[in-house]
Amino acid sequence: MLELKKDFPVLTSNPNLVYLDSAASALRPQAVVDAMNDYYARYGVNVNRGIYDLSDYATIMYEKTREKVAEFLQAEIEEIIFTSGTTDGLNTLSRILEQKINPGDNIVVTRMEHHANLIPWQQLAKRKQAELRFIEITSNYELDLESTKKVIDERTKIVSVTAASNVLGTITPINEFTVLAHSVGALVIVDAAQLIPHGPINVKDIDCDFLVFSGHKLYGPTGVGVLYGKKKLLEELEPVAFGGDMISRVSYESASWAELPHKFEPGTPPIAEVIGLGTALDYLRQIGWNNIQAHEQELVNYVLEKLPEVATIIGPANQVTRTATFSFIIPNTHPHDIGDILNRDQIAVRVGHHCAMPLIQHLGLVGTTRAAFGIYNSTDDVDALIEGIKKVKKILLNEYL
Amino acid sequence: MTEVDPMYQEIILDLYRHPHNQGILEEPDFDQEDANTSCGDIIRLTIKFENGAVAHVAHHGYGCAISQAAVSLLTDHIKEKTKEELTHITVDDMISMLGIPVSHTRIKCATLGLKILQKIT
Repeated sequence: MLELKKDFPVLTSNPNLVYLDSAASALRPQAVVDAMNDYYARYGVNVNRGIYDLSDYATIMYEKTREKVAEFLQAEIEEIIFTSGTTDGLNTLSRILEQKINPGDNIVVTRMEHHANLIPWQQLAKRKQAELRFIEITSNYELDLESTKKVIDERTKIVSVTAASNVLGTITPINEFTVLAHSVGALVIVDAAQLIPHGPINVKDIDCDFLVFSGHKLYGPTGVGVLYGKKKLLEELEPVAFGGDMISRVSYESASWAELPHKFEPGTPPIAEVIGLGTALDYLRQIGWNNIQAHEQELVNYVLEKLPEVATIIGPANQVTRTATFSFIIPNTHPHDIGDILNRDQIAVRVGHHCAMPLIQHLGLVGTTRAAFGIYNSTDDVDALIEGIKKVKKILLNEYL
Repeated sequence: MTEVDPMYQEIILDLYRHPHNQGILEEPDFDQEDANTSCGDIIRLTIKFENGAVAHVAHHGYGCAISQAAVSLLTDHIKEKTKEELTHITVDDMISMLGIPVSHTRIKCATLGLKILQKIT
């Protein structure tokens, strides 16, 4: 298995930390911190504007990340737009696609969406008197393909689905949705926030129209994300955010837009963060995606063996269709109490509804405790979690005395 | 011998399992609900006044051991108090009622019931 803790300064500064919250934010390797410091310390000037050497260098470094992301997604360079994160990307899409929605149309999402891929569509549907529809979940916490066939019809304009659930760990069959959605002329948007740390996604293969993710789930900085869109669509769509850098000509009366991708990147971008994201991609490629996936698979198998002995997993028990994100419950104990007691042993988990309040209610739960594993976690971390849960049960339920 | 946990003392766990004043009053004079959005705890507080003082009080909802124990203690505490007296209950009062160390991350749990009560005018 990989042994990467030494590369991550948060882990070396907190040697007893058992960090199991990578689905919220993955930690960053020293290389990413260094790259961002280097920008601020040596050439921290604006991009795309200056004619002087430093600005040119900053622009080159910034644009290098766009090339790396394009390669990572098998996309064209102009198809990569930098955002502030997944939430920003989905909100932008809900605005730029508004022109395509008419009263009586419908938008399809799933029951397992994060608030970021639910509320923008819910509000768009309200604005345009459209209907919001849901793909259902099976008893094994996977998406119900039969229900997909029922909800997608000729009035469906947008199908926006998560590639992997931030609560359940379920990996969804994106290809099935793109085929069905495209057969009725609908656009497919993929929220890849939770799947992206598990490897490159080939947007040509899955044939989605748009895909969004955040840098900080990918061992990169906060404040930066990516919106991929098919070039033809991005060319025809109107921007919804205006300002510097996104224009070609401006008068007091009117304006015309810059070429892709700048048309959708108004204002000064998060330059240090974009550069940091490029470094994170370099780091992950050096570790090797095959090694990363093998490491995660071993962790998933080990958790699936150990965790059911002490808690109930809320998510697929099948290692093939899941990520290393595990929600669990312990009967008669509240997640906040579980998280608090685990924290005493420096086991960092997330508790509550995980920004998926409707899903938690739909499952008849008050919340879950979530342990999300990353490339730096080891089977020792799984053991620490199991011991921590035993302690929780001893304190709250008088078990294991 | 089992060690006594400083936070999850028997009184707290007992109130969690067997809350005081649980329910929803009919035709209440005060009826407010609030939630801790970070962890999903929800409490609804209903109160009936007689002669300007709390005659009946009930809470309803779900939450962690700390929020549930706190609202049980709070609803015990406010019985027969005047509206004026209710407005003077502070976060420190709530923490001393609990009698346990409340960490920064649990303040919101400990004071959810109080936050609802403070909507009283």
